[in-house]
Amino acid sequence: MSYIIDRRLNGKHKSSVNRQRFLRRYREHIRKAVEEAVNQRSIQDLDRGEQITIPKRDIHEPNFGHGSGGKGSIVHPGNKEFATGDRIPKPEGGGGQGAGQGNASNQGEGEDDFVFQISQEEFLDFVFEDLALPNLVRKDLKEIKEFSIKHAGIVSEGTPSKLNIVRSMRNAYARRMVMSSGSRKKLAEAEAEREALLKLAETPEEKAKIAWLDEQIELFRQKIERTPFLDTYDLRYNHHVKEPRPSSKAVMFCIMDVSGSMTQETKNVAKRFFILLYLFLNRNYEKIDVVFIRHHTSAKEVTEEEFFYSRETGGTIVSSALKLMEKIVKDRYSPEQWNIYAAQASDGDNWDDDSRICRQLMEEEIVDLVQYFTYIEITPREHQSLWHAYEQVQTNHPKNFAMRHIVEVGDIYPVFRDLFQRRQHESNR
Amino acid sequence: MSRTAKKSDRLSQGPDWSFELIQQYDEEIGKIAKEFGLDTYPNQIEIISSEQMMDAYASVGMPLGYHHWSYGKQFLEVEQNYKRGRMGLAYEIVINSSPCIAYLMEENNMMMQALVIAHACYGHNSFFKGNYLFRTWTDATAIIDYLVFAKKYILECEEKYGIEEVELTLDSCHALMNFGVDRYKRPVPLSMTEEKARQDEREQILQQQVNDLWRTIPVFDRAEEEQQKERVFPSEPQENLLYFLEKNAPLLKPWQREIIRIVRKMAQYFYPQRQTQVMNEGWASFWHYTLMNELYNRGKVEEGFILEFLQSHTNVVSQPSFDSPYYSGINPYALGFAIYSDIKRMCENPTPEDREWFPDIVGKPWIEVLDFAMRNFKDESFILQFLSPKVMRDFRFFGIENDVLDPYVEVKEIHDDSGFKGLRQRLAQQYNLSHREPNIQVQKVNLYGDRSLVLRHTMDSSRPLNDDTVEVVKHFKRLWGFDVRLESWDGDRLAQVYSSEVSSEG
Repeated sequence: MSYIIDRRLNGKHKSSVNRQRFLRRYREHIRKAVEEAVNQRSIQDLDRGEQITIPKRDIHEPNFGHGSGGKGSIVHPGNKEFATGDRIPKPEGGGGQGAGQGNASNQGEGEDDFVFQISQEEFLDFVFEDLALPNLVRKDLKEIKEFSIKHAGIVSEGTPSKLNIVRSMRNAYARRMVMSSGSRKKLAEAEAEREALLKLAETPEEKAKIAWLDEQIELFRQKIERTPFLDTYDLRYNHHVKEPRPSSKAVMFCIMDVSGSMTQETKNVAKRFFILLYLFLNRNYEKIDVVFIRHHTSAKEVTEEEFFYSRETGGTIVSSALKLMEKIVKDRYSPEQWNIYAAQASDGDNWDDDSRICRQLMEEEIVDLVQYFTYIEITPREHQSLWHAYEQVQTNHPKNFAMRHIVEVGDIYPVFRDLFQRRQHESNR
Repeated sequence: MSRTAKKSDRLSQGPDWSFELIQQYDEEIGKIAKEFGLDTYPNQIEIISSEQMMDAYASVGMPLGYHHWSYGKQFLEVEQNYKRGRMGLAYEIVINSSPCIAYLMEENNMMMQALVIAHACYGHNSFFKGNYLFRTWTDATAIIDYLVFAKKYILECEEKYGIEEVELTLDSCHALMNFGVDRYKRPVPLSMTEEKARQDEREQILQQQVNDLWRTIPVFDRAEEEQQKERVFPSEPQENLLYFLEKNAPLLKPWQREIIRIVRKMAQYFYPQRQTQVMNEGWASFWHYTLMNELYNRGKVEEGFILEFLQSHTNVVSQPSFDSPYYSGINPYALGFAIYSDIKRMCENPTPEDREWFPDIVGKPWIEVLDFAMRNFKDESFILQFLSPKVMRDFRFFGIENDVLDPYVEVKEIHDDSGFKGLRQRLAQQYNLSHREPNIQVQKVNLYGDRSLVLRHTMDSSRPLNDDTVEVVKHFKRLWGFDVRLESWDGDRLAQVYSSEVSSEG
């Protein structure tokens, strides 16, 4: 007798623990591969899994065994022309084992590499491992203006629209029972007495008594009927309260210089940085708005497409963008409700006088509005006035403002990691 | 057997399987198997998906196992290859346990399911139950319990001592796993209840014994001291390296000893399978062939079904020749199937050649002869006993010898009258585990000095050890706790020394 069991419904990821163990053991390899992938991939497909390649010798499990050399002996099938005593020259440089030993790969990667796939989620886990959004805690403690409506039980006062009918009727029924109980008891007694008298009613006194009882019965009936069906104090209402909810919305400002000096290459570097930031915010917040502000001498809010791909010429006034950002925040993104992050990318060019204004704007207005403002300067050249102005901002507001210098694509990911490295005092988050 | 069966006797022929159909086929096949005298454990047939099959691959086919990164690695490898279409998955996996668990893939069609049932549930199953190696070394009723125990124990260790620590110990044990086997001693049956009961006791006693060995309190009796100085330890070379470490390594914690023991037990459990590849697969193939054909002979299935079966069967037992791009060594299914089939042929239709070579077999009832051949041999002796000239001719076997110093390889024998005996010997040797694996034993421990240990490798045909050797010696050192040296001896000549510190030419 055999038992036949359908196991397909059992979990299929029985190996997931072992898989995790493997990933854990080779996390250094994977991290390196991820880093390379982030720097080399086209921007659109950052958000997918990755193929990880580990040299086979690194994951080899050693075992005692025979090496090549000495006297070997083997039996092969399929003899065609050999006869006993034939001597066959060994192939040049070969181990001499003959056919069936070489296992050439035509798949593009050598036999020496162990290749496997990690999922998109795992990939991003590695990308953002040990990173944290700075100043997230502040929002939770601040005065909160966002509420959600919650049920908070039943109350006796409220508006008709919130009337809880079932509870009200239940109360009314109970009240009616209580209020009429005395009368109903007497009614029952009277009816019983009358019933008894009717059977042996002979004397006139008795008949009079019946008449009186009839009167009483009618009286009680009326009394019972007069009990109100629904009274005001039967009414019950659903109660709702507003509960403050910690804000989980974030807005990300992408600010970029599109003046003539910014080449497409520089913009691509900036774009990668923005995308990384976007993905990172996406992991931390339920809802993210992205605002694109580009500027040359004047700033404009634009769509993503325009932001990255339209070309402009002319000079550069950075403060115009900061002013626009401040205005948009005031209009649409109240700092009480929104976590505000901003990333600015530029090649460092600015109108000389303007850098001073930028610093002023930054220190007086923007730094207090935002969670974190990052500035990246993408240039192989010397820093100019904007950098120096921002440097002072960074010294004065190290918590909310950070700036880094990027020379080439390869710098993006390290700089990003550096900017968002989990800080000591936040490590309990 | 006549093929006059009525249509109503037929089993449903559609390509899709259902649980009722599987049951019907299993009953029919089981009935026929019984008539042929196959003695089996009860069957437990489990239908699984391809993902679950990959899980099963990763855990060496076992339904449950302790966690280790190497299984994750194996899983990823299988997954990657499967997804890219570089390999197909096996149609079944069968476990030597009672009841005998067989996994069937849901992707198989009904013909495949029937084939797999015949192959695994009656072929392999009867082999597990009958072959002397399995009977001696494994306890089919207890293995699942033991796996549960092992998994739980290692999980507890991970909680108590950290995943890292346990992983290090397991890594070292796995490196020595093939050398954790008793080749000659009959082990005690494993069972969870016993294991659990004895485990605490063992921990204490074991530690005490080890401490005894390493007692450093001075001995006052001079004579005794002298005597002790001369004491050689171990008194005889030890071939079971893991067993030696479990019992004698001075610095191991009790839980580490238990882990060594678990790995050792697993190695022992798989030992018979490594020794009976050709026999086991051949046996299962022979019986799926016989049982399926019998289904057809009795009119249970029609021509289409049996033709489809024959095609699958031919693929399973095909042997590409050495110069084919598909050649990857001798196919154990093909060789085993050919030998068993040929035994049957010799019993029924012997030729003069057979009478000369196998006088004991010809004319005997084939079921008895086959049963005897299945029960009492391992690959090496099975080939030596039963490989007939006809099979060697059919495979067109030839044996070559290859000396590293010689720019030529030499064809020593081919499938002709003068070559048969030598060829058979050469092939049998190829399946001899002690020829395939190097012979390494614990030689000597410096008991009163630095506690260093010497392993001795006795070379076979001057074959040196592979490049992993120093790595494995280091693993040995991790468990032993002190320096380890491996000496490679070619006869009386010390060919090479591998040390846990640095490798050096001898």
